[in-house]
Amino acid sequence: MVGELTWRKRLFGLWLPLAAFIVVALFPFTWMAATSLKTNAELYDPKAMPLTIRHPSLVHYIDLLQETNFLTWVANTMLVAVVATAISLLLGSMLAYPLARMRFRGAALLAITVAVTYLVPQTLLFVPMADLIGRMNLGNTLSAVMLTYPTLLVPFIAWLLMGYFKTVPKELEEQALIDGASRWRAMTRIILPLCMPGFISAGIFAFTLAQNEFLYALLFLSRSSVRTVPIGVVGELIRGDAFYWGQLMAGALLGSIPVALIYSLFVKYYVAGLTAGAVKG
Amino acid sequence: MSKVLEASRAGALAAPARRPFRFDRVRAVVERESVFSWLMLTPPLLFLLAFLGYPFFYGVYLSFFHREVARAASFVGLGNFVTLSNDPIFWQSVRNTVIFTGVATVLKASGGLGMALVMNQSFRMKALTRAMLLLPFIVPTVLSTVAWQWILDPGMGLFNRLLVVSGLATTGPSWLGNPTMAMISIIMVNTWRGLPFFGISILAGLQTIPVDLHESATIDGAGTWGRFRYVTLPSLLPVIFIVTTFSIILTFFDFQLVYVLTGGGPANSTHLMATYAYSLSMGAGQMGLGSAVALSMVPVLGLLLVLLTFYVRKD
Repeated sequence: MVGELTWRKRLFGLWLPLAAFIVVALFPFTWMAATSLKTNAELYDPKAMPLTIRHPSLVHYIDLLQETNFLTWVANTMLVAVVATAISLLLGSMLAYPLARMRFRGAALLAITVAVTYLVPQTLLFVPMADLIGRMNLGNTLSAVMLTYPTLLVPFIAWLLMGYFKTVPKELEEQALIDGASRWRAMTRIILPLCMPGFISAGIFAFTLAQNEFLYALLFLSRSSVRTVPIGVVGELIRGDAFYWGQLMAGALLGSIPVALIYSLFVKYYVAGLTAGAVKG
Repeated sequence: MSKVLEASRAGALAAPARRPFRFDRVRAVVERESVFSWLMLTPPLLFLLAFLGYPFFYGVYLSFFHREVARAASFVGLGNFVTLSNDPIFWQSVRNTVIFTGVATVLKASGGLGMALVMNQSFRMKALTRAMLLLPFIVPTVLSTVAWQWILDPGMGLFNRLLVVSGLATTGPSWLGNPTMAMISIIMVNTWRGLPFFGISILAGLQTIPVDLHESATIDGAGTWGRFRYVTLPSLLPVIFIVTTFSIILTFFDFQLVYVLTGGGPANSTHLMATYAYSLSMGAGQMGLGSAVALSMVPVLGLLLVLLTFYVRKD
């Protein structure tokens, strides 16, 4: 009796809803994969079952790599994401360290300003930003996005790192200063190494955000050779005729894999970064 | 020879007697908390001022001008805002943004709470499940949105194929082709993408609730609903509040989803303020008017930020 009740409770309270959540989350990816692996003849056959594959084929992937600049876009995306993340981590920790660990006039006001800039959306800035980048003659260069992505990333990184920097006890630093170390030395040799998980979290987050960014890339990168994956796929693989879905899904899937891979390797840190704001307050 | 050496030695000895003194002073100044802080803060602050502060105020400035691409700007005062207040598409985009944000946020918050409660039980391969459930939130929005465009394709898309194969309909609806369906579709895709963010954050919040709170509630005679209503929900409110505020900001200012899925169509029926600002400034070349649309969103952001600040201060 009790056993049956728990069994029922497990089925309706756990397994069925869990299965539903997983199916909803993953079916678009299955559909992408199925589409990208079918030939056009099978893909557009109204009698074929949509989610099964009778004659798997790599033709869309081969076409994607041969007919488009896809690999260039992947290389651009990686380069931009690495540079933007590095700049953002550097500037973000320079901002976070004093705010988290030092006492000086204006600290409270500055901390609020950082939090507010973190929440200022791109949508408010893109019109003047486009004008600005145009006047600096940076249109159609990767520098345009390498310079603008950190504006999206630095406030967030600073905010995330402040949480980590605060967790290191003040005594560790004081002891180092008494032992004759400079503040710089205490920071680089003692405090920062202890905050490695914070840097990994912030780095992963910044890296995936930089890879996903769309609006600035859309505004600044219109030449095919400087495009990133999101803007390349949307801008060049959607061609208006009916028979492009196979290649488009191949591109979308390949473009998602690097992000998904990095994420799955560091999922613990990613979740820590994601929930830091909400849980720590 | 030796005299020269001695003299130089004496000089070498004499010099450090004065020099380290001044070096120490510089060092002592740098070691002061405020000086060290501002030395560190200056480069990032200058960067943010140049690439965040300047564009923001330049955008405010632009909104008072009639400025077309490659033309000289002329001052029009509040003219752009007057033009917008008489523009039915602008009001349509405001309405759409409010509906889109409101409905999607409610769906994401309630679905996310459900996901968190389901995930907060013990079962095997939990870490893997959590990783899979977060995938929609991780992959580049534009790429998953392109996949959704194909899922919603009226002829050969997955939804309509399944409807036809299962015999539920002879031809499925035009998901993106008529105004109402298109609004439903963009809300659905936004919910699909954003729900895991709520789910995983609320789950993290659930895991901070001490077990003995539930135990003592049980001893006091609370059932499953009672425990949820009087223990779980109150402890979760701070997390839900912050995640919801964040999500409202992200949803209210969303651009890419609508840009890719419908482009604001059919007939402007799904334009959000963000996509309308883009189409005015980049499509029609009206930079001033586009800036004015973007600026019209500031009061909403300000309100949310004030709410958030008050909430955080209260704790």
